[in-house]
Parts: sequence; C-alpha cells; structure tokens
Amino acid sequence: MTDNADISADLKTRVESAIADRTPLAIVAGGTKQFMGRMIQAEDFDVSEHRGVISYEASELVLTARAGTPLSSVEATLAEKGQMLPFEPPYFGHGATLGGTVACGLSGPRRPYAGAVRDFVLGVTLINGKAEVLRFGGEVMKNVAGYDVSRLVTGALGTLGLMLDVSLKVLPVPAEDLTLTFDMDFAEAIQQMNRWAARPIPISGACHDGEQLRLRLSGTAGGVNTAAERLGGERQNGEDFWRDLRELQLRFFDGDDPLWRLSVPPTTPPLALPGRTLVDWGGALRWLKSDADGDSIRSVVSTAGGHATLFKGGDRTGQVFHPLPAKLLDIHRRLKRAFDPDRIFNPGKMYEGV
Amino acid sequence: MQNSETAAVDHGLDRAALAKMLRQILPAEAVLFEEEDLRPYECDGLTAYRKLPLVAVLPDTLEQVRAVMRLCYEKNVPVVARGAGTGLSGGALPLENGVLLSLAKFNRILEVDAVARTARVQPGVRNLAISESVSHLDLYYAPDPSSQIACSIGGNVAENAGGLHCLKYGLTVHNIIELKMVTVEGELIVIGGRGLDSPGYDLLALMTGSEGMLGVIVEVTVKLLPKPECARLTLAAFDDVEKAGAAVGRIIADGIIPAGLEMMDNAAIRATDDFVQAGYPTDAVAILLCELDGTEQEVGDQLQQVRALLDDCGATEVRVARDEDERARFWAGRKAAFPAAGRLSPDYYCMDGTIPRRELPNVLAGMGAMSKEYGLPIMNVFHAGDGNLHPLILYDANVPGEIERVEELGSKILQLCIDAGGTITGEHGVGIEKINQMCVQFKSPELLQFHAVKHAFDEHELLNPGKAVPTLNRCAEFGAMHVHEGKLPFPDIERF
Repeated sequence: MTDNADISADLKTRVESAIADRTPLAIVAGGTKQFMGRMIQAEDFDVSEHRGVISYEASELVLTARAGTPLSSVEATLAEKGQMLPFEPPYFGHGATLGGTVACGLSGPRRPYAGAVRDFVLGVTLINGKAEVLRFGGEVMKNVAGYDVSRLVTGALGTLGLMLDVSLKVLPVPAEDLTLTFDMDFAEAIQQMNRWAARPIPISGACHDGEQLRLRLSGTAGGVNTAAERLGGERQNGEDFWRDLRELQLRFFDGDDPLWRLSVPPTTPPLALPGRTLVDWGGALRWLKSDADGDSIRSVVSTAGGHATLFKGGDRTGQVFHPLPAKLLDIHRRLKRAFDPDRIFNPGKMYEGV
Repeated sequence: MQNSETAAVDHGLDRAALAKMLRQILPAEAVLFEEEDLRPYECDGLTAYRKLPLVAVLPDTLEQVRAVMRLCYEKNVPVVARGAGTGLSGGALPLENGVLLSLAKFNRILEVDAVARTARVQPGVRNLAISESVSHLDLYYAPDPSSQIACSIGGNVAENAGGLHCLKYGLTVHNIIELKMVTVEGELIVIGGRGLDSPGYDLLALMTGSEGMLGVIVEVTVKLLPKPECARLTLAAFDDVEKAGAAVGRIIADGIIPAGLEMMDNAAIRATDDFVQAGYPTDAVAILLCELDGTEQEVGDQLQQVRALLDDCGATEVRVARDEDERARFWAGRKAAFPAAGRLSPDYYCMDGTIPRRELPNVLAGMGAMSKEYGLPIMNVFHAGDGNLHPLILYDANVPGEIERVEELGSKILQLCIDAGGTITGEHGVGIEKINQMCVQFKSPELLQFHAVKHAFDEHELLNPGKAVPTLNRCAEFGAMHVHEGKLPFPDIERF
C-alpha cells in the first residue's frame, strides 16, 4: 500500500454501482471506530487506500489530506513544523484515519479550551449519494460562501456522503505543557474547574478521575510557570495521563459495563446515576460506566440540560444517540434525503431513517 | 447594479389585504404599510440596492413571530428577516411581494451565567452590548466586527460575522452554543445546547452564516471568554508589501497566534491618519498592526520574539504602543478605514474576498493593475492573519456609468481571489451582492446541493428567496457556467 494515492475515480465508480443496485455501504478505513453508532446492515466499503497529504503550508496554518490518511502520519507531518491538530483527537487504535476522525467528530481533552474538530474544519470534498464529487468550504480561514456543509458533515458518521479529503486549520504546538494535581472531591472539582475557566489562565485540560483534579496548562514557558505558581497544586509529568484519558485507556474505563458519554453544561453538579463517573472537559463531559437502563440515564441527563450517548458496548440496535424532538428528527431525515436520497451511505448509523 | 430576482411565488395578496391579515395577529403599530413608514427598511448597509417590502412587521413576542410565520406560510408569502440592517451584502434587501420581519424589538439580554460563562440574548441585542453587560465580570464576547456598535447578534449569526480578533478567537460559529429558531411553518425549535455539543448533525454550524434562508433566529446563547490579562500592540512599517506579507507568515510559522494581525496599504494609511491622527508613518508602503494578548508573561515572551522577527523581515520601523492611549489610537486608525474612505470619495464599494496569505503580493499587484485600467482608486485594509481582504473601491455614484464599472471591477477582483484559491466572501456574506460570483466559485451540482439543503428546511422557498445561492438559470444568464470539457453540465436548461 502506498502512502499517497488518489483513488477517487474508483470510489466514485463503486458508489455509482451501489446506487444502481441499491446496495447500502458501510464506510470503513482503519476500522478503529466501528464500535460507535448504531449497528447497521450494509456492505463494507473500504476507503483506506485513498490517502496522502495533499497540501500543507505551516505559515498558512492549513493542511489538506485525503480521508484515508493515517492520523499518525498527519500528526507527524505537522509535528515536523512544530504544529498540531488543536482538538487533540483520540485514535482508538493503530489504524485511525483523518476521515474517520472527522466523520466521527471526535475531540480530546483540549476541546473546551481550543475547540472541537468541527471548529477547525475549513473545507471538504464529498461524494454525495448521487455519486457527485462536490467541494465545499476551502483552504482559507474565513469563508461564508454557501451553507457550511463542511461542518455539517463533520460528526455526521458518514451518513451524508463519503468524504474524499478535508482541509483543516492547524495551530502551533505550545512551547510548554505542565500538569498540576489537586486533592479535592468531585463536586468541589467541578466548581473549581469552572472558576478557573473564567479567569485568564492558559488551561488546556481539566479532569477529575474520581480521585484527584488534574489541570494541564499550555503556553509559553513564562506564562505556564507563572500560572502554576499562582494556582499551587502538585506538579506532575502528565503526558501519559492525558494520552490515556484521550484514548479511554485509564483504569477507569476497564470492565464490561457499557460506557456512556454524557455531554452536559459544565457547571452541572454530580449526577445521581448508578455506576462510576469520570469528569473531563472542565465539567462539560462525564464518562459513565454503568449498566443502568438507557431511558433512566437519558432522563437524568436531559433534566440537567445535556445529552447521553451509549458510546461503547450495550445494545447497539436501538437508540444509541440521544433521541431528537420530532421536528428536529424530521429535519435530519430531510437532510439525509437531500444528500443521499437512495440511502446508500451508512443508513441508520446515527438514527433510524438517518 | 443588477436587481434581485423577485421571488417566483405569486400569492395574489395586495398590500392592503396582507396588512389587514397581519393586523389581526399583531398590534396595529407593529404593522407598517405606508410608503413613508416602509422607507427605512428599503435597504441594509449595501445601499446601492433598494426595494420597498409589501409590508414590514415589528413583532415583540415569540408568539407574534410564530403567528407571522404561520400566516405567511399558509398564504405563500415570502419573508425577509432583518436585524440592525448593517449587513454589507444586501442579505436583508426586502422583496416587493414579501414581508419584512424586523427583530429590532427583541433587544433584551435574558440571562448571564457568570459561572458557566454564557449569555442568553435576544437577536436584536447589539454585539457590543453583550461585552459591555458582562464587563464587570471580567468576561467578554469575542467576535468584534467593525460595526459592533450597531450590528445585532441575530445578524451576526446569520452572516457568521468575524472581526479583528478571529484568527485567535474564531468567528461567530465558534462562539455560540445554542439557538432558538422559528421554522418557516412557525414552529419553535432549539438547536445546539448548553453543553459543548449536541446530538445529531451540527445544525448550529449549518444555521450560522445561512443568511436567513433556513429559519428565523429568535434567541442566541453565546460563549463568554475571560478578558485577557494584558494586550500589547506593535506597529511595523514596511517599504514593500511583499516584505510585510512575508513578516505575517514568519510570525505565524514561528508559533505565535496574535490576537489581531492587520495590514493597511499606503492609501489606507494616509486616509485614516488624516482622519483620526493615528500617528501612522504616512510614508510607509504598508503597515502591520500585531496585537498579542494573554498573561503578562506570555505577552512579554512573545513580544520579544515578534520584534526580532519584524526586524529580520526588513521592517523600516517597529513601535510598540507605550500605553493604553497609544494602543487605542493605533487601533482607531484601522477601525476608521471605512469612514476615512467615505471622506476621500463620495462613494466607496467594499469587497470581502479571502485568499491564502501567500498569494497576497500577486493579488495586490493584480488589483493595482485593474485599478489603473478602470481609473478607479482602491485602498486596501486586510485582516492579514486570516487572509481576508477588504479592498475599498472609491467612486462617485453621480457620474453616469461609474457604478456599473465599479461592479465590473469588483467582479474581476473576486475572480482574482477565486483564481488564487480563495473565496468571494470571508465574512460579509453573499446576499444579493455576490450572487453571480457564486456561479464562478461553485459548480452546478454544488449549487443544487445547496438548494437541496434549503428545501430540507424550506420546501416552498419562502425564507429570503433569491439570496445567497443562485439558481442555475441565473448562472446561465450570468454566463459564468462552468464549462467542463466543452460541455455544459445541464444542456437542457433554458439560457437567454
């Protein structure tokens, strides 16, 4: 397999024949995120050979790469110029690709402070469900020509079309990272993380793992060290911790209970739910290991103003994502129809009928 | 200048009949139909395009907005929503057979959550009013379009407004978390949420910058950021545009993301200095304004680095603003660029193309040549950090034929931006102004995909029809249809 190949013509042909014989396709590349979303009946459509960085200029802060490009090679390319993907994407395995990362809308611990993957997507080339190759957005930071389709397909789990390539805004790697730990309980930690976020402190991660609050600072050496002196706490080498948190490989994530991802307002106090909880994103993300039934989890999270996803494990044939109000679900189905009228791409992966 | 297409729908209602129906669901004073009352709504910030709406309405409750939409949906009447009317692309240009829906009365800040760092506001709240209302908490709302004193947050969402600080802090799309929207049928829906994401498709992003084509925004929850501890502004002068452009690239490649990074050409330097006495070096070919913000230590570290880079890139002069007064004065010049153009010339036309920064010298040279060819002066202000150009073409609308030539020149400048790998609009929107250029930037299947997105929300094309996305017929008329291998993609549609 080569590091650089444009097989878009073959991919288009495959989509044309799928439309002709009405074969639904399940888009796959590295296969590291197949556990996500709903289980669907469709033929595997391997797009991993469509790969390679198409353009990258550090002084423009923009990288364009084919969707099958391994995430590791994107990050290595950026690292050579002292830059990074600011949303700190998880890999969930060796073969992770850029396309899968964008399609799944996955962002790591830096997300509340730097932004999510959708915040950095500038443009995409897409094969829609009519086998048309379409380009939206571009390689510039500001672009309001036409609807923001690039961000619409980010996190759409491949249900609106096959992404061929993506243009992303990238950022410099901060000169210095520093991790502080604080002994405090859950409820106090949530309040503390919110108080810090309201002050001009160079935070790049804030988590409570059930035992301690961990805070990561990133920036210039002077900025980070001064902030650390003011905040106190205990300095630690946090690199392994933040990587294991990003990859969901901390010991917290062990065990057979389903893993729920709860996205809530950051100030939400600890939720009364059975199971174990870990807080990330400065309070806005709660990971829950629990075998409680989905409806009761969703109900508690809804009341708190958030939404719950059955992230890993459990029953993947029913509702995996938080149910949508009727009118919103209707808009989702209409959008699906607008991009993929024959329901070729990942049908039902997100919601039934979507 | 070309007129907007009157929406194709024929609802058969005249002004009196429609006004009568609207007065049954709104207080009498909220329904305007006399010509003198409609006049203030005939245009937005793009004054070259003017039209009177059939009726203008000014509801002040959510229920009233829903009732207006329900009525218009039932009667097949098109609706154009309007905020403060400061838009620069004619997005709020009324339709002769439509209702102009003003959200000006929705001007209340509903809730500020200092701990969660959010503000829930009505769409008519002015951009700057948000930051002012939370200043005592040491928080602010980051996007700061130049019109921030007057423009409203609903319009900011509709256009995905940017500003001077978006390289570091992002556009509107990066700084809002939840919208309440009334659909074309009059239903109220919530998009986004109070957390950092929401289930399903990213409709929050889709709505942002959708120019009133998909729904009517009736409430916006914005993110608030902590005010930076300190901000320092550096002014650097150059004797060559290419050197100034190279300096921008060097600063960024060196790992610094300035809070603001602006460039002005000599015409802009002289015009603004004359106007507000900013203290700019008026003999410079170009100046850069580079603002660093953060903690004292961060800014101190980076300031040294930036000074050294600017010297190395051949700056003829580097000045760090000594104090807040001087910093405000340096910014005042940049912020006064548009009014300064207005002093130099009876009229000016502001462009909004965005290009990859490395193309700056070529694009500026191309514009210079076109300016000579057309005999129309251009002054340039430039959000250098993110590649967003605002060339201002100076002209006199009273000279017969001049407005047509300005439009032709503008169209060529946008073509230049597209050829350089850029876009026709960075932050002002397509509206009616750049609708023909959309035919150049996008191929027919892409335009059809946009229409399909609109139809998912608005099947009968009642929301701001005729704006933002051209019909294929219009593109064929404009004569800019992309010809692929000698074949037009839709040989069977009418062309005239």
